[in-house]
Amino acid sequence: MKPPAFLLRTIEMSKEEIDEVTGVSTTGHEWDGIKELNNPMPRWWVRTFYATIIWGIAYTIAMPAWPMVESATKGVLGYSSRAELRAELDEATATQASRRTAIKEKSLNEILADDELRRFAISAGSAAFKVNCSQCHGSGAQGSPGYPNLNDDDWLWGGDIKSIYQSIAHGIRFNGDPDTRISEMPAFAGVLEDKQIKEVAAYVASLSNTSSDPALVEPGKVVYEENCAACHGDGGQGGRDMGAPNLVDAIWFYGASEAEIAAQVRAPKHGAMPAWLGRLGETTVKELAVYVHSLGGGEE
Amino acid sequence: MLNPAEIEKLDVEAVNSASNRQPLYVARRKIHPKRASGNFRQLKWIVMAITLGIYYLTPWLRWDRGPHAPDQAVLVDLAHGRFYFFFIEIWPQELFYVAGLLVMAGIGLFLLTSTIGRAWCGYTCPQTVWVDLFLVVERAIEGDRNARIKLDQAPMSFRKLGLRLTKHMSWLLIAVATGGAWIFYFADAPTLFRDFFTGQAAPVAYITVAILTATTYTFGGLMREQVCIYMCPWPRIQAAMLDENSLTVTYNDWRGEPRSRHTKKAVAAGERNGDCVDCNACVAVCPMGIDIRDGQQLACITCALCIDACDGVMDKLHKERGLISYATFRDYDANMALATVGGTTPIDPARVRGSDGRFVPGIADFNWRSVLRLRTLIYVTIWTLIGLIMLYALLTRDRLEVNVLRDRNPQYVILSDGSVRNGYTVKLLNMIPQPRTITLRLEGLPGASMSVSGHHTGPEERSVNVPVEPDRLRALKVFVRQPADQAHPERQTFRFVVEDKVNQETSAYTATFNAPGEHK
Ligand code: SF4
Ligand code: SF4
Repeated sequence: MKPPAFLLRTIEMSKEEIDEVTGVSTTGHEWDGIKELNNPMPRWWVRTFYATIIWGIAYTIAMPAWPMVESATKGVLGYSSRAELRAELDEATATQASRRTAIKEKSLNEILADDELRRFAISAGSAAFKVNCSQCHGSGAQGSPGYPNLNDDDWLWGGDIKSIYQSIAHGIRFNGDPDTRISEMPAFAGVLEDKQIKEVAAYVASLSNTSSDPALVEPGKVVYEENCAACHGDGGQGGRDMGAPNLVDAIWFYGASEAEIAAQVRAPKHGAMPAWLGRLGETTVKELAVYVHSLGGGEE
Repeated sequence: MLNPAEIEKLDVEAVNSASNRQPLYVARRKIHPKRASGNFRQLKWIVMAITLGIYYLTPWLRWDRGPHAPDQAVLVDLAHGRFYFFFIEIWPQELFYVAGLLVMAGIGLFLLTSTIGRAWCGYTCPQTVWVDLFLVVERAIEGDRNARIKLDQAPMSFRKLGLRLTKHMSWLLIAVATGGAWIFYFADAPTLFRDFFTGQAAPVAYITVAILTATTYTFGGLMREQVCIYMCPWPRIQAAMLDENSLTVTYNDWRGEPRSRHTKKAVAAGERNGDCVDCNACVAVCPMGIDIRDGQQLACITCALCIDACDGVMDKLHKERGLISYATFRDYDANMALATVGGTTPIDPARVRGSDGRFVPGIADFNWRSVLRLRTLIYVTIWTLIGLIMLYALLTRDRLEVNVLRDRNPQYVILSDGSVRNGYTVKLLNMIPQPRTITLRLEGLPGASMSVSGHHTGPEERSVNVPVEPDRLRALKVFVRQPADQAHPERQTFRFVVEDKVNQETSAYTATFNAPGEHK
C-alpha cells in the first residue's frame, strides 16, 4: 500500500534533510532552531488511530452526542440513560414483585415466621421509613421529645406487630381516618389547684424513683387516685387501650422533671400522626410495621 | 571437516535489525523463520508442552471438597466471590494472598532477568509460546522457510488457496481452543463445556471466547514479533534490570570476526579470519527477524535458536560451539579486550587463538559466580521470605471469623426498666465448605445479655447457637442489654466470641458498648 499523501509529503521533505546527530530524517518543521525528527508510528498503529476516529464519528451518529439548541442529537440507536434507568427500576420492581405479593397476601405473623420474607420486609420497610417517617421519628427511629422512640420497649398503643400495624395504618388522632386511635387527656389547669398539680407531679416523679420533695408525695397520691388512676392505672402502669403512658418506667415522653410533668398535667400536649394506609398502601404499611417491630422493642 | 565455503550461505535479510528497519508506516515485512534444531530447541519444546499443558488441562482437574463446594481444582468463582486452588480457598477479603503472589512473581522476574536475562521472553511468555505453536502449524502445512517464501511469491492457485485456508483454519481452531480454555477457569468446566456447545452458556462466555480468539489469532498468527517490538513494555523494563553479570544471547565477535567465507584464500594470503563463516544461519532461524551479530538489541527475545543454528554450523566445521552463546557482558568485555588492543584496534583472531588453533589461556567462560552474587541473593532472600510469610499466614489463618458493626443511630436505647441497650450487626463467616453450628457469646460487660432479632432464643442469654450454611456469611441483628444497676456511665469494651465446638475453632471481636454518660 502506498502511504497516504501527507505522509508521502513528509517522506519527500525528509529526503531533503537528515539530522546529523541521530541520522533520522526531519519533518521539516522548525521552531527556534529546534527541528522535529520524523519517527512516525507503525502503520498498524496509524491505522488503529484512523479506526478510532471513524469509530468516534460513528459513535456520535449512533448515540446521543452533539449539543443542539433544545437538546442534544438523539442518535440513531435511540439510547437514553433515563430510559435505561427506568428499565432498571422496572426490572428491580419486577424482581421484587413475587415477594411483595407474598407480603400483601400473608398475615403479619406469617411474614415474621418466614425468615426470608421478614428480611425483605425489613429492608423495604427501612427504605419507606427513611422517606415517610424519619422527619418526625428520626432517621434511626430514635424519636425526640413528643415523638416516640421506636427502638425501646415502651409503647403507648401496644408493641405487638398488629398494634404497630394499626397505629401506622390509621394514625393517631388523625381526623381523616374513622379508625384512627383517639384519646385525649383533659387539661387540669382549671380543675386542680396549682398546689395540687405540684403535688401530683411530685408523686408521679416518685413512682420511678426520681428524687422529689417527700412532703408533696403523700397529698399527691390522693390527687392522683382521684383524678388520674382511671386512665393511668392505680399503680401508674398506664393503659394501652387509650394510649395512656406508663408513669412508672424510665421513659418520659414530654420530659422527666417535675416541672415538665406539671406542665403536662396543666395543659397536656397531644401528638398526632397521619394514617398511612391510604397513602402508602397495605404492602408498604406491613413492611413498615415489620421494620419497626424489628428495631428491638417489638413484642410477641 | 567442511570448507567454510561449502556451508550454504542463506539468502536472508534481518528485516528488523536497526539498519534495515522499515519506516514504520510501511507494511510489516514478513519473516520466515527457518526450523532450528539443537539443545535449546529441545528445551523449548519441553517448556512449550508443559506451559500449554498447564493452561489447557488445569480447569479439568478435579478436587473433592465435599458436597457443599465445587469439585474443580482451580476455579475463580466470580458470582460467589471465591477462589479455589486445590486445598486452598480464598475469600474476597483474603485477596492479599493474590497480591503477595504477584509481588513474588515480580521479584521472581527480577531474579530471572538479573541472572539469565530475558528467559521469560524467550521461553515462557504466552506470546512466545503461542507464536511458536502457530509456527509449527504453519511449517507443517506450508513447509519450511524456502517453501513458504516460494508459496508467498506464487500466484494464487487452488493449491495455494487450499494451503492458506488450511493454515488459517488451523490457527483459528487453536485460537478458539485458547479462548475456550480461559472461560473454564471461571465455571465448572464439564458443565460449561456442554452448555457452551448447546448454546446455553452465558453471553459473557461467548464474548470472552470471541475476544480471546481474535487476540490469539491476531497476535500469534499475524502480528507476532510486532507485539514484542512495539507493544510490549517488558523489553523496555528489562533494560533497567540487566547488569554486566546477566546472561544474554551474545554473538562473540572476539572469536567470530573478521567474518569470511573464504578462509583458505585468506590463509594463503597470510591473513587470519574469525570463526564466523557468514552463512546467515543465525539470521534465518530468528523469529524476530534480527541479526544477533549486530550486538545485544531490544528486539532479541533471547529464544536462543540462533545458538542452536550456529552450534550446528560450528559442529560441521569442527570448531568449538558457542560462537553465539549465553554470555555475560563482563566476560564478553574481557574477551574483547583480549582480542583487540585495548579496544582500539580491529579484532585480531591471532590474539585469541594460538597457531595450533586452540584458544589462548585466559578466555573468560561462563562461571557460576555470575549467577550467585549479592544482588541475586537479595532477590532470593526477599522472595523466600515473602513465600514463607504467606505460607505461614495461609496455614494458620482463621476459617471462622466474626465481624461486628455497632449501630450508630441511635447510639444506645434506654429501656423502660432503665437498662441500656446497644444494637449490633454481627457477621459470622463460616469459611469452610461444611455447615456449622456457631456459638456466639458475650465476654465482659457485667450483667449484660443479648437477643438475636428473628432468632427465637427464648429468654435473653449470654450465649446463643446459630447455624451457618457452608461457605457462607450470616449477618445477625444482635441487641445487647445491660441492666440499670450494672450500667456504667462510660463507654465499655467487651468481646463477641464465636466458637465452633466441633472443630475447636474460636474467633473474637472487640466491640464497644455506649451509655448515655450522665444517665443513671
Ligand atoms: S537473535 Fe537469536 S536469541 Fe535473539 S530472537 Fe533472534 S534467534 Fe532468538
Ligand atoms: S554467527 Fe554462526 S550461524 Fe551466524 S553467520 Fe556466523 S557462522 Fe553462520
